[in-house]
Amino acid sequence: MIAHSIFFYTFSIIAIVSAIMVTASKNTVHSVFFLILDFISISCLFIMIGAEFLGMIMLIVYVGAVAVLFLFVVMMLNVAQQKNQWFSSEESSKHIPVGLIISTLIFVELIIVVGGWKYKPDLFDINNSIEINNVSNTHSLGQVLYTDYIHIFQISGMILLVAMIGAIVLTFRKRVGVKTQSYIKQISRERSDGVSVVKVESNKGVRIDD
Amino acid sequence: MEYLSILFDQVYKILFLLIPVLVSVAMVVWLDRRVWAFVQKRQGPNVVGPFGLLQTIADALKYIFKEIIIPSSSNKVIFILAPIVTMTLALIAWAVIPFSATQVLADINVGILYLFAVSSLGVYGIIMGGWASNSKYPFLGAIRSAAQMVSYEVSIGVIIINVLLCVGSLNLNDIVIAQQNLWFVIPLFPMFVIFFISALAETNRPPFDLPEAEAELVAGYQTEYSGMMYAMFWLGEYANILLMCAIGAILFLGGWLSPLEIYPFTLVPGPVWLVLKILLLFLLFALVKAIVPRYRYDQLMKLGWKVFLPLSLIWVVLTASYLFYFNLLPVN
Repeated sequence: MIAHSIFFYTFSIIAIVSAIMVTASKNTVHSVFFLILDFISISCLFIMIGAEFLGMIMLIVYVGAVAVLFLFVVMMLNVAQQKNQWFSSEESSKHIPVGLIISTLIFVELIIVVGGWKYKPDLFDINNSIEINNVSNTHSLGQVLYTDYIHIFQISGMILLVAMIGAIVLTFRKRVGVKTQSYIKQISRERSDGVSVVKVESNKGVRIDD
Repeated sequence: MEYLSILFDQVYKILFLLIPVLVSVAMVVWLDRRVWAFVQKRQGPNVVGPFGLLQTIADALKYIFKEIIIPSSSNKVIFILAPIVTMTLALIAWAVIPFSATQVLADINVGILYLFAVSSLGVYGIIMGGWASNSKYPFLGAIRSAAQMVSYEVSIGVIIINVLLCVGSLNLNDIVIAQQNLWFVIPLFPMFVIFFISALAETNRPPFDLPEAEAELVAGYQTEYSGMMYAMFWLGEYANILLMCAIGAILFLGGWLSPLEIYPFTLVPGPVWLVLKILLLFLLFALVKAIVPRYRYDQLMKLGWKVFLPLSLIWVVLTASYLFYFNLLPVN
């Protein structure tokens, strides 16, 4: 039990410190790396409460894919310079109260959620349910996700699909004057299209069309 | 006290796994070079030790005694961290690989997801190295490899779903046991081919070694590295290749199962079969390196997104409908 709490506090301290460092560090690329550390420690916490499926999915989706794209954007767009300019300018002081209000709101909401969950009369006890059902949490997750919540699950899939199509439509542009490779054209090329035998008269030469 | 004894027991087990893995990485580098040389009618490394077996050890010693140069304009912490990340990620994945029904360090419920997560984290070592070097070639190499690895991970994920549909469990031992009657390489053969090619791309092996294409990018993300740090990148890369071979062996070639459950085959213990299967896949990796010319970058992306992803998605639908129609879906 002591070992369990040592691990819990280690991971949570790392998570909180790295979350603070995401906003505090000057270098934006460092911020993203701290964000990744935060994701990893959160997924360790998930695994510690027995939700190994959620923890692994967190690693695969957020760390393996989303954070890589974050890093791409941050590295390519030179955000660091913009951020420094913004902090040194007059404009930044106007945004601080707004940020403070929003963060207080989120904090209060979080506290309400935690309180409401804790004092709910029919609080679902995680430890008992595992012993009774004796199924892994991947199975139990699938059992509710594809039966009771199938509509919500399908709708969230549709929303993601719409977002994907939207992103493609926004960035798609037909470029003119660019030579692209067409496999069909290359494969269907015959000898008769490319080569022709020309009878050359002496002292005349041949005119080659291009 | 009890906790300490558990800890020592675990450390002993971990060392018992990691030291053979590291030694076999060294041997596999030698094997790779020998196969490469054999195809090109050369001798390959044959001087140090019997058949040149100790060549890799000699190379590693050379790297250890070389000076580590850290570019003055680099981001030092991340620059040093990058090879460590690559090496660590390549090694921690071995924790869940089952060598027989009981010989596995961590028999976790979500073993295959763990492997997938660790292999998708592998891209960070490369991005960190490329960015922290603060130089053009490493950065270009890192960007290329990040795009490449993210693309091919998608199709590997879908292929894993194919296998999971037939097994009904995320546990690696369950996946192996489900192949007792028929290895998945037979019913899912197209997926095995796609998995093999995606594994080549995922580990930046030729013909997909664009991140370190020496003709265009010097050495890609490794350009600024020297000495032991370069050696760690290099060993991590080969450990990753061995890991991908192990994943392929477990998913499609029946892991530690013997090919036939009859007398002479059953004498050979499970770990030997797994190692043989890993070596077989690695030989294929080495042969591909020697035979196939390098892809162009846009062709690589086209292959990943426009060929492999649709093909493997269609195969998921086919597998699922076949299993559903004939009522073969695994239920437990």
